[in-house]
Amino acid sequence: MIQLENIHKSYPMGKRSLKVLKGINLTINEGEMVSIMGSSGSGKSTLLNILGMLDNYDEGSYYLDKTLIKNLSETKAAIYRNKFLGFVFQSFNLISFKNAIENVALPLYYKKVNRKERNRLAAEYLEKVGLAEWATHLPNELSGGQKQRVAIARALISQPKVLLADEPTGALDSVTSLEVMKLLRNINQEGITVIIVTHENDIAEQTDRIIRLKDGQIINETEKSHV
Amino acid sequence: MFDRDKWQEILYTISKNKLRTFLTGFSVAWGIFMLIVLLGAGSGLNNGVKDRFKDTASNSIWVFGGQTALPHDGLKPGRFIFFNNRDFDEISQNTAGVEKSSGRYYLGNSNVSYDGESRTFSIRTVHPEHQFIEKTNNIKGRFINKIDIEEYRKVASIGSLVEKALFKNGEEPIGQYIQVNGIPFKVIGVFEDEGGENEQEILYLPISTAQKVFNGGEHINMFMFTIDENAGVAESKEMETIVRQKMAERHNFSIEDSRAIRFWNNVENFLKFQNLFRGIEGFIWIIGIMTIIAGIVGISNIMTIVVKERTKEIGIRKALGATPWSVISLILMESILITSVAGYIGLVLGVGVIELASQFIPENEYFLNPTIDFRVAIWATIILITAGALAGLFPARRAASIRPIVALRDE
Repeated sequence: MIQLENIHKSYPMGKRSLKVLKGINLTINEGEMVSIMGSSGSGKSTLLNILGMLDNYDEGSYYLDKTLIKNLSETKAAIYRNKFLGFVFQSFNLISFKNAIENVALPLYYKKVNRKERNRLAAEYLEKVGLAEWATHLPNELSGGQKQRVAIARALISQPKVLLADEPTGALDSVTSLEVMKLLRNINQEGITVIIVTHENDIAEQTDRIIRLKDGQIINETEKSHV
Repeated sequence: MFDRDKWQEILYTISKNKLRTFLTGFSVAWGIFMLIVLLGAGSGLNNGVKDRFKDTASNSIWVFGGQTALPHDGLKPGRFIFFNNRDFDEISQNTAGVEKSSGRYYLGNSNVSYDGESRTFSIRTVHPEHQFIEKTNNIKGRFINKIDIEEYRKVASIGSLVEKALFKNGEEPIGQYIQVNGIPFKVIGVFEDEGGENEQEILYLPISTAQKVFNGGEHINMFMFTIDENAGVAESKEMETIVRQKMAERHNFSIEDSRAIRFWNNVENFLKFQNLFRGIEGFIWIIGIMTIIAGIVGISNIMTIVVKERTKEIGIRKALGATPWSVISLILMESILITSVAGYIGLVLGVGVIELASQFIPENEYFLNPTIDFRVAIWATIILITAGALAGLFPARRAASIRPIVALRDE
């Protein structure tokens, strides 16, 4: 599903440039649930941004579902993001003036799905994450766990091939964290590739494969047979 | 572009910042309001002046006899210059550039009576082409013609108010005989005049008949002529010089003598006013547009703040698949919406004020019928939408260039 070949990325820092990724080679298969771990500064967020087409890379090549993702125009990147990817963030990133169902329906708006169909699907996905009765509540009326579940429903509604989660449990207590991970696992079992960036070991432990980054390079990969 | 969600979002951001939106909108509304009111006032002044010239062909030059101020050829200053028929013939027949021409011999106010009804009216004795110079519109019968002049016919063309005053029973005036200072003249026509009521309480008689019947001899008090209607001030001044030279030769006065004969140059006066009002109008547009620019800057400023405040939201949208254009159009449309609605309010208020002014300011010669023509309204609308788009352009580009990662990190 995802293939990275010798990815390099550096950020200009004044006159010199700071190398963040120094040749990443990585293959993630369809239907895998993978976590990327590393301390801050290891390059894990940069890697996720490149995977999510939110950032460009300098060298190497990135294939997503056999499509080369390189030097895309903003418009093209937007279309690919909408088609292939779902995002889940640490801080939920719900739009504060839209209620739960409107937030969930938003990606379909950019897919030019008509309003009625959007709302029907959004209700369906909210149901799926167990928040059907919260549909008309604004984000600030929801708990952290509920917000993250709305965000997950929003990430899923465009039927992405890959779900990218950046510290999805970072702002949640351990009980809700567990719930969210369970939900992600369920999603994964439906065939969607899930990639989680985290620095928490017990979160990473729940994935099939742990990729550890340090100083812009993959230092080891741990494959796990899941229980 | 006109889907409900976009409008919902735009209305949401507006309603969230009511005061801010109102204040910005106000600056644009004020700009348009000022522009409309000033343009209306300008058109009122313009109409007032045009009205003063309406009566008379604006390409005409009037020539009056005066009194010499310089000694010439052994003659003392202080002589009166009187024109005669030969002077008029010289100008009307032998002068290049003269188009229509007429002389006038003054009878002054005279007693006019018909069937026991007797009134005092002003009489003008003229040549046929006077009709074009004074813009007299024949409504019944005909005006004085060449044969009337040549055969010294005792005929009269009467103003519509004269008809009303003398022919009380609604009789047909054409063919009836009226008494002018006791002498019968046959009515040949009735006219109206754009110059208003005064110009319709007048009778025109053939100048030749009047000279003969009222002991005028060859005497002409003044004459008038038109020149090419596209002629400028310079050409009209040149015509004055030609006429002055001819008259100086015939009446033996110095061509340097500016008081021997006097001119009323409508070309010069009209163009002078016209330029003045064009200048005023240009000035008004500049002020109006400057005010609108101030409004645009205000809106642009607000939109920039809006974009800044919504950086994160825009980032989220981009992560969810919003294209740059969808972000740009969101900001642009909000900007255009505020500008157009505010501008429209200003436009309506401005037109309202102009309407009130035209009803409550009494008619006078300097201010008449202030109006805003349709074209100005169209232009104002175009300016508003362009202004709104311009105001939104930079903030929108800023919004579109927001990178989702930066936006999402922005806590």
